[in-house]
Amino acid sequence: LHSGGSTSRISSQDRLRVISGHLHQRAQDGHAAVSAQECKAEASRANPAKAAPVPKRRHDIMKWNGWGYSDSRFLFNKKGQAEFTGKRYRLSGLILPSLKDWFEGTFGANLQHKSPATPALNVSAVPPPNLNESFVEELKAAGVALSQEPEDRVFRSHGHCLHEIFALREGRISRVPDLVVWPSCHNDVVKIVELACKHNVCLIPYGGGTSVSSALECPPEETRSIVSLDTSQMNRILWIDEKNLTAHVEAGIIGQDLERQLNESGYCTGHEPDSMEFSSLGGWVATRASGMKKNIYGNIEDLVVHIKMVTPRGVIEKSCQGPRMSTGPDIHHFIMGSEGTLGVVTEVTMKIRPVPEYQKYGSIVFPNFQQGVACLREVAKQRCAPASIRLMDNEQFQFGHALKPQVSSIFTSFLDGLKKFYITKFKGFDPHHLCVATLLFEGDREKVLQHEKQVYDIAAKFGGLAAGEDNGQRGYMLTFVIAYLRDLGMDYYVIGESFETSVPWDRVLDLCRNVKERIVRECKERGVQFPPLSTCRVTQTYDAGACVYFYFAFNYRGLSDPIHVYENVEHAAREEILANGGSLSHHHGVGKLRKEWMKEAVSTVGLGMLKSVKEYVDPSNIFGNRNLL
Amino acid sequence: MEPLGKHMLRAELESFFDILEERRQSSDISHALRTFSAQPYHEATPPSVKALNRMVLESQFLRYVIAEVAAESGEPPECVKEEAAGILDKMAQNLQLSFIRLLGFSLSKIFKRLFRSIWVNEDGLARLQQAIQEHPVILMPNHRSYIDFLVLSYIMFTYDLSIPVIAAGIPLMGMSLIGEIFRRSGAFFIRRSIGSDKLYWAVLSEYVRTIVRTGFAPVEFYVEGLRSRTLKSLTPKLGLMQMVLEPFFKGEVYDVLLVPVSISYDRVLEETLLAHELLGVPKPKETTTGLLKARKVLEDDYGCMHVCFGKPVSARALAQGRVNRGQFNLVPRGLPLNASAELQEFVNGVAHLLVRLQEKNMVLSPWSLMTFTLLQSPQGVDWDQLTHKTLWLRTLALRFGAHLNWPAQLADSEVMSDSLALHHSIACREKGRVQLVEEVGPGPVTQEEAVFRKASAVLMCASYRNQALHVFTRPALVALAMTTAASPRKEDVFRRFCFLQELFANELIFIPGHAVQDFEEGCDGLQQCGALTITDQTLRVTEEEQDAIIFLTAILQPFIETYEVVCRILCEERFQTFSEKSFLSSVRDAVIKLLISGEVRSYECLSSNTQKNVLWALLRMGAVSKSRVAEQNEYRVSKAAVRRIWETLGGRVTPQVMSYSRL
Repeated sequence: LHSGGSTSRISSQDRLRVISGHLHQRAQDGHAAVSAQECKAEASRANPAKAAPVPKRRHDIMKWNGWGYSDSRFLFNKKGQAEFTGKRYRLSGLILPSLKDWFEGTFGANLQHKSPATPALNVSAVPPPNLNESFVEELKAAGVALSQEPEDRVFRSHGHCLHEIFALREGRISRVPDLVVWPSCHNDVVKIVELACKHNVCLIPYGGGTSVSSALECPPEETRSIVSLDTSQMNRILWIDEKNLTAHVEAGIIGQDLERQLNESGYCTGHEPDSMEFSSLGGWVATRASGMKKNIYGNIEDLVVHIKMVTPRGVIEKSCQGPRMSTGPDIHHFIMGSEGTLGVVTEVTMKIRPVPEYQKYGSIVFPNFQQGVACLREVAKQRCAPASIRLMDNEQFQFGHALKPQVSSIFTSFLDGLKKFYITKFKGFDPHHLCVATLLFEGDREKVLQHEKQVYDIAAKFGGLAAGEDNGQRGYMLTFVIAYLRDLGMDYYVIGESFETSVPWDRVLDLCRNVKERIVRECKERGVQFPPLSTCRVTQTYDAGACVYFYFAFNYRGLSDPIHVYENVEHAAREEILANGGSLSHHHGVGKLRKEWMKEAVSTVGLGMLKSVKEYVDPSNIFGNRNLL
Repeated sequence: MEPLGKHMLRAELESFFDILEERRQSSDISHALRTFSAQPYHEATPPSVKALNRMVLESQFLRYVIAEVAAESGEPPECVKEEAAGILDKMAQNLQLSFIRLLGFSLSKIFKRLFRSIWVNEDGLARLQQAIQEHPVILMPNHRSYIDFLVLSYIMFTYDLSIPVIAAGIPLMGMSLIGEIFRRSGAFFIRRSIGSDKLYWAVLSEYVRTIVRTGFAPVEFYVEGLRSRTLKSLTPKLGLMQMVLEPFFKGEVYDVLLVPVSISYDRVLEETLLAHELLGVPKPKETTTGLLKARKVLEDDYGCMHVCFGKPVSARALAQGRVNRGQFNLVPRGLPLNASAELQEFVNGVAHLLVRLQEKNMVLSPWSLMTFTLLQSPQGVDWDQLTHKTLWLRTLALRFGAHLNWPAQLADSEVMSDSLALHHSIACREKGRVQLVEEVGPGPVTQEEAVFRKASAVLMCASYRNQALHVFTRPALVALAMTTAASPRKEDVFRRFCFLQELFANELIFIPGHAVQDFEEGCDGLQQCGALTITDQTLRVTEEEQDAIIFLTAILQPFIETYEVVCRILCEERFQTFSEKSFLSSVRDAVIKLLISGEVRSYECLSSNTQKNVLWALLRMGAVSKSRVAEQNEYRVSKAAVRRIWETLGGRVTPQVMSYSRL
């Protein structure tokens, strides 16, 4: 089944192409209100010419009311077949023949029942900006780019929580920032923060805009002028230190640009959160992000060597780049996870690694989820986890199958049939219980192959069967098209969301079962007509536990207030997670969505500590997004 | 436990059907050998006995306790482990379908001889079947007869429901052959007094939890702890209750469904034994030969039997907002659970709730109602008056939400004559008068023996009244509180009510913290039957229905008299310190004297069960203290405190504490 040695350099490149192939068309930069001015404060040794930055007018290339690029979306064509548009992704332009049946079968949805979004932003629905005139004047004088266009402001008024996107699709606009500013370097930020303090305006840092914690929502009770500080123009790699293997980077750079530019010099950070196409370095730091390949490269807190942050009190940074220090509590840990409440991260020194010589996907089928978890636990125990190892439950396995593109040859479909026969009939796996782990190995070729064998040997002890590279790769693809799929669902009365937690090993199974069950029951109790999709996967392994990711979606036909129902169910699910020993969040952060549980999560004293830091650093609450505390 | 399912306590009528009917029409052997296909929880397949026991022995919990016990006792851990394995071997069930079939076959035969019919509620079975597939199920029957659990397993077998694993008392195991049959029918055996035997507790609790966690079979246990000799509900025991809930508290299962099962008999097989036991005549040891001798029991008619499967109660729903399951997040779940006060209170509340639900769903016989009047007329009663009063009581009982098995197709007098005939060993009709039957024995008899014979008849009769006592408890307690309260003001009556509730907490089942609801329920009942009006927060008895109040108060009179007389005896000079045994024999002797002298009227005062309850009540209320001397409990009485309680009960002193603000 498992074709051992086939070269997979291609697939690694594919993945990079997939997530990087955007922005070949040069974005227009002709903003009327903007006076772009190159920062001269620091000399750049990187090659900025090649980098295609995120445009200031993001809505020119990205959806204003959905996920990702405007040209890429799922749709059901006239024949009722699902296809993915655009040219950016591996799936782009392909037909997905089984998606319709899965979609209708899983949700009880029907292609006749559409719930289309408002086609365009109704500019007149956007409240006029509440500007602090003298602040604006001084900013202009300082030469900082800014805009008060409704499109720009609306784009920065939200993250990607379901309720945020749902409201936009319905054309409902609530409180939005009054002004958007684009600093182009650290010194610009210093100026902006100084002026904000002087004129008492509220600043909300904005990086990639991929938040799923309501972190970007403007607090409705905020009466001051709200200024969205968009870091996207601070996107340069300022230097690369090949002796220490570090890179000093402006915090506005987005994941795929950072990775691509480092690749050009033969390096990578290896930090690949699922949102890396759009999320920014500063955002990672501010939310304590986690990357898919953390087993090799570490999470953001392991990757960061030095951080520079501008606060109302001034700039905070360490004086050297020693790899570890005993200098009291690590001040980086006040910054990481501060979610924009203390200041703006402007520059970060990160570890880098040479681009790996060899990369290989893989997958393992287990007879059931229990066996799969036991295997992952053993892999963690032996500390031999590949760059990434993820275990999907049965529902997600079936979901993954629904995303299989049309097979090109009879031979492939014959092979697929044979595999299915082998697994279900010959090996006796129940197709309604089996589940799949997807793997990604990285390193030099020899070691990868050796490592691969070690992992497959462990898997065999838990009844696991190697199921090929293809399945593995498709599993990872699912990760970043899922957000696009949600938009498709919303076109047909299906709403959904994902959320995550981390939990000790011995509780993984219980937590997964209880949370999934809770979701199903809460939906039923709240009048959801069809059983919801309630599925999970284990996405990261640690020595003492794992990260678990839940997908939850349902058909909301017949509900008068679907978002309210949705929020209640998500709330109940989070309660269930906490009751089962799961954390409030593994990497999404707290934002405003999970704030109510912070005290319980870190104790009253813990919360008091954080509050006292906030009080010292930002006594006037200039960074007033009201996240976290 | 405020909102503890008020709606759950509402009674609903359901249709019952006779499971023996089919047995009388088709072959028992094919019934026993038919295909048995139960749908277990989450399609869990039962692990082999060996595998289950290994799971228990190798659990983190047991390993931890074994190490602890070894460290404490200085024994090598291997020995302790062996000891644990030994305990488990003695305890473990060995459920085998073939034995269930054998049992099914013989029970078909036996039940058809014993009973006219066994009525089971159809909806209850359907709900149970559903529940078993969804979550681990705990069957919680009341315990009135040895055959309770046989009947349950028999019903489960007959209706293709997973055969339960049953917590049984060790004495049953002592019966060599029967013990083994029970074991193979799914019974596991628990020592009566576990006390502080840590290892035993550990093995037992892990065993129970493992069964709940794996969910391959419902767990059945008697929350009352033992068979009720009085046929009255007993204060629930909390050990097993907590064990079955723990997997839910710790998130190891999504939910645990508790199914109250109310079993009631027209006539209990052990009725004569019961009275003897209550009078302190030692009960025969349970042996196989003893059981065989009891086969003359088989030749008698025991009327009907009712089994009502209540609505499954979700532990999760009960715990919502009351139990913070997160409290177990910081310690490995395999380690012993130190139940917080909050958790113990919750478990206690759940256990009480289940006993209440058992009471609520119980189907009562006409005979139960007749005994009320019989007991209130020690000199006998005219048939007509008995009929009149019983029919009046029937109306009252129905109003209070009782389920009655009163055949509608027969004339009332016929129903009652039938009942009387069935209980010919207790009462008989002669020349239009109904009287209790006294045991005949070789004469001449001493005065004491005469008292015993009389008391035995009364106690037998009282046990059938006890089956229906719960129907009238709350209104009767309000009626009683009114007659002795300082004033008819609601707050005074309520204060009095609370005192009585506290005093009788071992006697009658009240859900802790439910005083206000209980009081309201009692008042509602009295208002419904027109005996009470409440205006301006003042309770008044209506002229027309004064009899109702008198009748209801009289129901509790035997208990009050017992409590008073025990207090009185305890206040005597010679009582300073005593053991439970000496307490019972002294009290019994003293009561006999008082009965002979006519100072005490109710023969129920001789019930050792009630006497013990008085002791526990006094202990609970601080009038008696307990200490452990030379391996024995020694009680020390505070005469002043006992006297105060005695006087309060007599209405001479108003109760302290308890504020009206709780209303």
